[in-house]
Order: sequence, then C-alpha cells, then structure tokens
Amino acid sequence: MSTATRSLPRTIGAHAILLTYTAIALFPVILVIMNSFKSRAGIFSEPLTPPTPKTFDLIGYTTVIGQGDFIHYFQNSLVVTVASLFFVLLFGAMAAFALSEYRFRGNTLMGLYLALGIMIPIRLGTVAILQLMVASGLVNTLTALILVYTAQGLPLAVFILSEFMKQVSDDLKNAGRIDGLSEYTIFFRLVLPLVRPSMATVAVFTMIPIWNDLWFPLILAPSEETKTVTLGAQLFLGQFVTNWNAILAALSLAIMPVLTLYVIFSRQLIRGITSGAVK
Amino acid sequence: MAAETRPKRPFRWHIAVFLAPAVLVYTAIMILPLAGTLQLSLFRNIEQHQVFVGLANFRTLFGDPNWSVGFWNALRNNTWFFVIHMVVQNPIGVMLAALLSSPKLRFAAFYRTAIFVPTILSFVIVGFAWKLILSPLWGVAPHLMDLVGLKSLFTPWLGKEQYALTALSLISVWQFVGIPMMLIYAALLSIPEEVIEAAECDGITGMSQFWKIKLPLILPSIGIISILTFVGNFNAFDLIYTAQGALAGPNYSTDILGTFLYRAFFGFQLQTGDPNMGAAIATMMFLIILGGVCVYLFLVQTRLRRYQF
Repeated sequence: MSTATRSLPRTIGAHAILLTYTAIALFPVILVIMNSFKSRAGIFSEPLTPPTPKTFDLIGYTTVIGQGDFIHYFQNSLVVTVASLFFVLLFGAMAAFALSEYRFRGNTLMGLYLALGIMIPIRLGTVAILQLMVASGLVNTLTALILVYTAQGLPLAVFILSEFMKQVSDDLKNAGRIDGLSEYTIFFRLVLPLVRPSMATVAVFTMIPIWNDLWFPLILAPSEETKTVTLGAQLFLGQFVTNWNAILAALSLAIMPVLTLYVIFSRQLIRGITSGAVK
Repeated sequence: MAAETRPKRPFRWHIAVFLAPAVLVYTAIMILPLAGTLQLSLFRNIEQHQVFVGLANFRTLFGDPNWSVGFWNALRNNTWFFVIHMVVQNPIGVMLAALLSSPKLRFAAFYRTAIFVPTILSFVIVGFAWKLILSPLWGVAPHLMDLVGLKSLFTPWLGKEQYALTALSLISVWQFVGIPMMLIYAALLSIPEEVIEAAECDGITGMSQFWKIKLPLILPSIGIISILTFVGNFNAFDLIYTAQGALAGPNYSTDILGTFLYRAFFGFQLQTGDPNMGAAIATMMFLIILGGVCVYLFLVQTRLRRYQF
C-alpha cells in the first residue's frame, strides 16, 4: 500500500522529465517548420509563435522550388536508397541463411569476417574507394554510391538476420526437403516470408544512414546530375546563407519526407529495436 | 547430428551461391579498399610514381609541425567530443530509458517516438537548424534564456574558440540520445518479471531497485553503447563539416579526425590534397578505432558478468 501513496508524485516526476526532454527533442524541428511558413519580418519579430494570417508567407518555398533542382536530387536519393536497400536485404539474407543453416568448414570464420565491418567504418577506406571508382569509371554515377552503401549495410544485415534465421523451425525446412524442394526454393518460399519482420528492422537501420549520408555523395558523386538530397541541401544552404526564408523552407523540405516516413513506420522500427535484435 | 555422421558428400554449391554476392561486394568495396588505404599510407607520389617510402608519411605526420600540430589538435578535440558523449549522452539515455520502462506509464509510445525524432534527421538539417537557433542574428536562444533570467550568459557559442567544440558535441548528443535510450529500454524490458517481483518482496523498490537490480543487469548493454559511441565519434565528420565547414573553425578549434582527414585528402584553399597523407591519417584512425574495439572485446566484455535467465 505504501507504493500506492508514493507512486503518484513519482509518476508526475517521470512525466515532467519526459515531457521536458520531448520538448527539447522536438523544439528545433517545430521551430524550423513553423518559421518556414512566415514572411521575413515574421521570422525575426516573432520567431516563437505559429504563423498568423499577418505573418504567413510562402516566399521561402517558392524561392527554393524555383532555384534548386530539388525534385531531381530527391529522385537520386530515392534511387540510391531503394537500390542499396534491395541489395543489402537480398544479399544479406542469402549470406545469413548460408551461415545459420549449414554447417561447413570456415563457417565461424566467415561470420567473423563479415562482422568485421560492423566495427570498422567503411569511410576509412575512402582514399582507395575513390581510386577504385576512378579506375572503373564510376565516379559521378549513382552506381558508385549504391555499391558503397551495399557494402556498408551488409555486415549489420548479415549479423541481425542470421540471429533471426536461427529461430526458423528446422522441422519446416526439413519437411520442405522431404517434399523435394531445392535449397533455393526453401530459402525464397519458406524462410524469407517468415523473417519478414526482421527484414523491416534491418531495412530501417540501413536506410537512415544512407539517406542522410553526406561523405560519399560529396566525394564520389558531387556532379549536378547525381547530387543526393542531403548534398543538395548542404550546398543550397551554403548558397543562401542570408536568405532566411529560403533556408528554413529548404530545411523543412528536407525534414518532412523523413519525418512522415518515420511517423508511419515508427511502431515497426521501435518494435524491431526492442525485440532484441541488436542487443 | 545426422549431417555429421554421414560420410563425405559432394560439394554443396548452394552454400557458395548464397554466400557469393555478399562476400564479393563486401570484399571488393570494403575490405580491399581498407587494405589498399593502409598500403597507400606507406607510399608517396614522387614524380608521378608511387614509391614505397616505408613509414616516412607517419614520420611527417608526427614529426613535421605543419602536420603534427593539426593531428594532435584533432585527436585532442575528438577525445573531448567522445568524453562529452560518454558523460552526457549515455547517462541521459539510461535515465530516459529507466523512466520509459516503468510499468503502466501512460504515453510511453509517444515519448519514445518523439525523443527518437532527432536521430533520424540528417546532420545537414541538424547542423543548420542549430546554427540558426544559436545565431545571435535570429535571437531565439537569447530570447529563451531571457525567459529564465539567464540572458547574460548568452554568447555566440559556435563562434567562440573556447565553446564551439563543446556546443557541437552537445548538439550531437541531442541528436543521438535516442540510440542509447532505445537499446537500454530494450535491455530493461527483457529483465524477467520474477526478478523484479523477488526484489519487491525483499522490499527493494524505486531508486534502489534501479541501482541494485536493474543497473547490474543492463551493464552489458551499456558496454555495447560505449563502444558504438566510440566508433561513431572517432569517425564523425558530417556535423562539423555542415556547421563549421571543412576548416572546422573558429581557428581549427572544432577540428576532429574526420575533418582533418578530409582536408589532408582533398586539400582546402591553399593546402593541396595528398592522398598518401590522407591514407596515413585514415590508418591512424583505423588503429585508434581498432584499439578501442580490442580494449572493449578483451578487457571490458570478458569482465562483465552476464546473467542467463
């Protein structure tokens, strides 16, 4: 009974701390989006209030859409992210299946070799990666980025997916074998559908760093044709340092797609993290 | 079991087929370039030819004041960057996770989702948004500090040598606090009911329950978070580049190994790019990260007690 009397102040305290931190986490995001819909005078005179009919203005958005080729950058980012994600998931799942399903010589060694990349960042190989891309004529192509991101995403994908594949029932796979299914059919028809939830987790973990990366687009594909949205936003922001409307609108345009996707998939993402895949 | 007792069987091609794509891409794009970079650090470009020079690049890096001052400065800054993350980000993450995991907390899903938002944003957005907020031109930060009567403490933090690095580290903490929070939250949820009930029967509740029961059980997760933070911090680049540019101003006070590598490799303004020196710096970063990972694997992880339920 003592817990009942003590728990009320404690609950209030917990909510107070969590609310404060939520405010700290969301404040900059809300501030930027709110002010992107204001006129220049409104941005400076009342930065902390939502846009009112008096201060409402879309000048920032019209500048951005008129100036930068954002739609095109957006397409590039989308192509790179989706293609890398596809290869990471396909190749990662195949390797994870081989490592978790079969016993063969060098299995553990191969697992360790593939896990190396979780700890050692691919960025340290940049000097040689650039030379490789120059030699193969892939500089300033989206293919270069897709290759790099596929390699970057594979280690964690293999690691997480093989944990999950170990849980798929052996009886099911053996039943498939007795029915004469080939190993490929067992993988694609039986196992892959069963590990779909963990694929979603891996997808989110892989997607966020790829979409947000600045280093490789800057180094491997800085041309106008192949700019990603992150690099485009970076250059654009540098160009418009004094045009606050345009900067705030560009930031909002960069925030909103990611934020929308996150709100839609957050349940999936958080379930994935807390399901113990990355403990 | 049956598989082991069977005599020799034919080579199982499907294993090779399953492994090949991942191993090929990973080896070609990640492992070989990494090895290539390490190798390149032992060469120097003399009259358009790569000539083997042994450790001469490292001698330049540590012996030539033009390089060594920058390197030690970057390493020192990077260490401070890491220290701030360890003492601010991880305790806040643990605290938030502990609060979130308390049973029957309402709106837990909302808090979780909201606090994780900054983590999904790109460095470009985060760097610029904070630059605007802390800018004395806009006046949002001084205005807010005025509300709590601290306006006199405001200075343009990102523009002052003595504050800029700490300010950027805190911005990075703000962005990434969601990761320790989520991992610790997951670890706390996996503690079985019975353990908590047993503690409650013994009269251990509230804070002392957290310190005596839960904290020892989540130590392995805290270890993993520390090593992830270490690797992430010593490999950081984007936030500094976005907020302060490749020169990591003011006066190199926010220069970390990532930006130092970028300038050495590509050159900036008067300095010309030098892939071999870039490779030497990347090699040093590789050794630092490898050292940290080894310390974790061999010293920390083996000593952490793991509990099996």
